Amino acid sequence: MPTTPLLSVTGLTAAVDEKEILHNIDLTVAPGETHVLMGPNGAGKSTLGHVIMGDPVYTQTAGTITFDGEDVTELSPDKRSRAGLFLSFQAPVEIPGVPLSSFLRATLAARPDRALKGKEFRRRVKELCAELDMDPSYLNRELGVGFSGGEKKKVEMLQLLLLQPKLAILDETDSGLDVDALSVVSRGMDLYRKTCDGSLIIITHNTRILEHVDVDRVHVMVQGRMVREDNASLIPWIDENGFESFEQGAEDAADADGQASGAGALDGIDAGDLSAVVER
Amino acid sequence: MAKQRTEVADIDRSLYDFKDSEEGFERLAEGLTPEIVTEISRRKDEPDWMLEFRLKSLEIYNSFPDPTWGPSIAGLDMDHIATYVKPNTDQSATWEDVPDDIKNTFERLGIPEAERSYLAGVGAQYDSELVYHNMQDTASKMGIVYSGIEEALHEPRWEALIREKFMTLIPPTDHKFAALHGAVWSGGSFVYVPAGTKLDFPLQSYFRLNAKGAGQFEHTLIIVEDDADLHFIEGCSAPKYNVANLHAGAVELFVGKRAHLRYSTIENWSKNMYNLNTKRARVEEDGEIEWISGSFGSHVGYLYPMSVLTGRRARSSFTGITFAGAGQNLDTGTKVVMAAPDTRATVETKGISKGGGIQTFRSSIVVTPAAEGAQATVSCQSLMLDDESRSDTIPAMDVRAKNVDIGHEATIGRIGDDKVFYLMSRGISEEEARAMIVNGFANPVAKELPLEYAVEMNNLIKLEMEGAIG
Repeated sequence: MPTTPLLSVTGLTAAVDEKEILHNIDLTVAPGETHVLMGPNGAGKSTLGHVIMGDPVYTQTAGTITFDGEDVTELSPDKRSRAGLFLSFQAPVEIPGVPLSSFLRATLAARPDRALKGKEFRRRVKELCAELDMDPSYLNRELGVGFSGGEKKKVEMLQLLLLQPKLAILDETDSGLDVDALSVVSRGMDLYRKTCDGSLIIITHNTRILEHVDVDRVHVMVQGRMVREDNASLIPWIDENGFESFEQGAEDAADADGQASGAGALDGIDAGDLSAVVER
Repeated sequence: MAKQRTEVADIDRSLYDFKDSEEGFERLAEGLTPEIVTEISRRKDEPDWMLEFRLKSLEIYNSFPDPTWGPSIAGLDMDHIATYVKPNTDQSATWEDVPDDIKNTFERLGIPEAERSYLAGVGAQYDSELVYHNMQDTASKMGIVYSGIEEALHEPRWEALIREKFMTLIPPTDHKFAALHGAVWSGGSFVYVPAGTKLDFPLQSYFRLNAKGAGQFEHTLIIVEDDADLHFIEGCSAPKYNVANLHAGAVELFVGKRAHLRYSTIENWSKNMYNLNTKRARVEEDGEIEWISGSFGSHVGYLYPMSVLTGRRARSSFTGITFAGAGQNLDTGTKVVMAAPDTRATVETKGISKGGGIQTFRSSIVVTPAAEGAQATVSCQSLMLDDESRSDTIPAMDVRAKNVDIGHEATIGRIGDDKVFYLMSRGISEEEARAMIVNGFANPVAKELPLEYAVEMNNLIKLEMEGAIG
C-alpha cells in the first residue's frame, strides 16, 4: 500500500539570472526513507537541494513542492525549516560576531514547541558535542569563523540532531573530509535516523559514505534533469561505470524540450513538461 | 516568487527628543561679534588673558574659509546660531538643587541613576553651562579634581595650569571651528589626576543641548599625571529642531608617563546637529590613550580624535563605531602622530549606513623620522544595509621612519544574501537574521562601549520588515 509521501516535488523548473538550470524535476520521498541523489559535478544536485529549501538566489518558474501535506512552494526558507525541512550546506557560511551558542539558541527559539530552557539547552548541546567529538569550547566561537572544513560539517550535524527535522537534505556533507570527520558525519546520520526516524536525501558523488547506510532509492541527475531512479543496487553499478551512460539520456531530453518549445511539437510530453514550457 | 526586503529602522530617538521651555534662560544675541565674545567673557568673570585669547580666536575664525573637503556645512548659518544660552540656574552639587525640568531631563537620560550605581563622579552641562557637578568623597580624598573648567579657572592653583595647557593641543589656528571654539567656548570639565593615582570607577560628563538654534562649545581638559589611571565617559544628546544646531567642543587630554586614560564617547545628537568637534591627546613615554567612540547622531559630523605620541613606547588605540541613517552624513575616524621610537597605534572601526545615510571612515597615520620601530595597524569595516546608502574609506599614511611595521585593511560590504539564507534555512526569520548579522558585525566594538550604552546600541539596531514584490 503506498504511503503518503513526506516530500513530493513535481515538475520543478528553476532559473538563475533567467537561465533555466533545473528542468521538470520530479522527486518523491516517503517518511523514514533514505534517498541518494547522485550525478556528475554541475548536474544541479546542490541547486535542487537549495530550491527545495527556498534559496532566493534561484527563481522557481514551474512546479510544486509539497512537504508533510502542505504546499510549501511559496513559503520562505524559515517557514520551510519550521515545517521540518533541513538543508546541510556544502559550504556553511561564517557569521562574524555571533557565537555558535547564541545562534543555536535562536534556531530553537524560532520553534516554540522545541524551545529549551537555559539549563536543558546547555545539557542537550553538550551531549551532542560529545556524540560528535566536538570540543564544547566551539560553542563560544563565532559561527563558522576560523572553523576547518571538518568542524563546519560537525556543526551542521549538531544542528541536524538539535533541530530534529522530518527531512534532511545533506549536500555533499562528506566532501573534503578526512577519515575521522567522515566517521563523525556517518555517526551523525546514523543518530538522526535512529533518534528522529527522519527521512534523508544524501547528495553526493562519492559512494564511500553510503557503505554503512541502508539506501531505499537512488536518483541520478545530469545537466539539470532527473535521468534515472532505481534501488540501492544502482550504487555499485555507478561505482563501476560512472555517469557517462546517463549523459546521452539528458541530451535527448534537452533536444526534446528544444523541439517542444522551438517547433511547437508538444506530442509525447507529459503535463508536467507542458506547464514548464508554458511558463517559459 | 515574492521576495521581501528588510529595512533597519531608524534609530529611535524619542528617548532624546523632548524639549524643555527656555523660560528664564538668558540667551545672547545670535551671530558672532567682538561684543558678544566680550559679553560671554564678562559674564564668566574671566581673567583678562582669557578674554584676549577669545578675541584673538575670533579674528582667526574670521580669517578662515569653510573646509573644502568632507560633508557640506552649507546649512550652517553662523549669523543665526546663538553661541551662548545660560539656563535659569547656577551649578549645583546636588540634584535637588537643579531645577525640576532640567533635572527630569537628566533623569530620563539615566544620568543620576548611573551616578548612583557605578560612576565616581558626574558633570552635567545644559546648553552653555554646567548645572551639576559632583564627585564621590573617595575620589576627592585621592587628590583627584573633577570640576567645571570655569570654576577651576577661578582658583589660582588651577588657573596657572589651565593657562599653560588650554588650547595648546588644539590651537585656534588649527581649523576654523577650533578658532570658533576659542572665541565662544563655555562650560566643560576639568579633570586632574595626580601622579600614581588610579581611579577604579569612571567619571562621566553629559552634554545636553536643549536650546533651539544654539551652539554648544564646551571645553574638556584632562590631565592624567605619571603612573595615573582614569576612565572618562562623555555622552551627548539633543532634541530635534527644524533649524541647525552646532556643537564645536574641544577635548584636550594630557597623558603622562606610564599613565593610562580611556576616553569613551557616545554621541547621539539630533539630526539637525552639525557636530564639528575636535579631540586630541598627547601621550608621554609608556603612556596609553584608549579612545572608544560611538557616533550615532547628528546631521553632519566631522570627528577625528587624534593621538600625538611624543614619548618612547607610547600607545594609542582607537575603537569606533559609526551609524549613519537617513539624512546623516558622518565623516569619522582618527589621526595618530607617532613622534617617538617604538610607539604603537591600533585602529579598529565599524561603519554602518542605511536609508541613504553616508558614512565615511577617514584616518591619518603620520610616522615622523623620530619614530623608528613604530607599529601601527588600521582596520576598518563598513556595512551598507541597502542600495541607497554609501560607505567610503579614506585612510592616509605618511611614514618617514625606518624599521616600522604598518598594516592596513579595509572592507566595505553588504549583508550577504547567502548568510541570510543560511540563517533562514535554520528557521530564523529574515528580519532576525539581518539583525543578527548587523549585531555580529558591530559586536566587537559595541562590547567596548560603557554598559548602558552597549545595551542601547543593541536596541538601536532594531529591524523592521517591509513587504515588497521584487
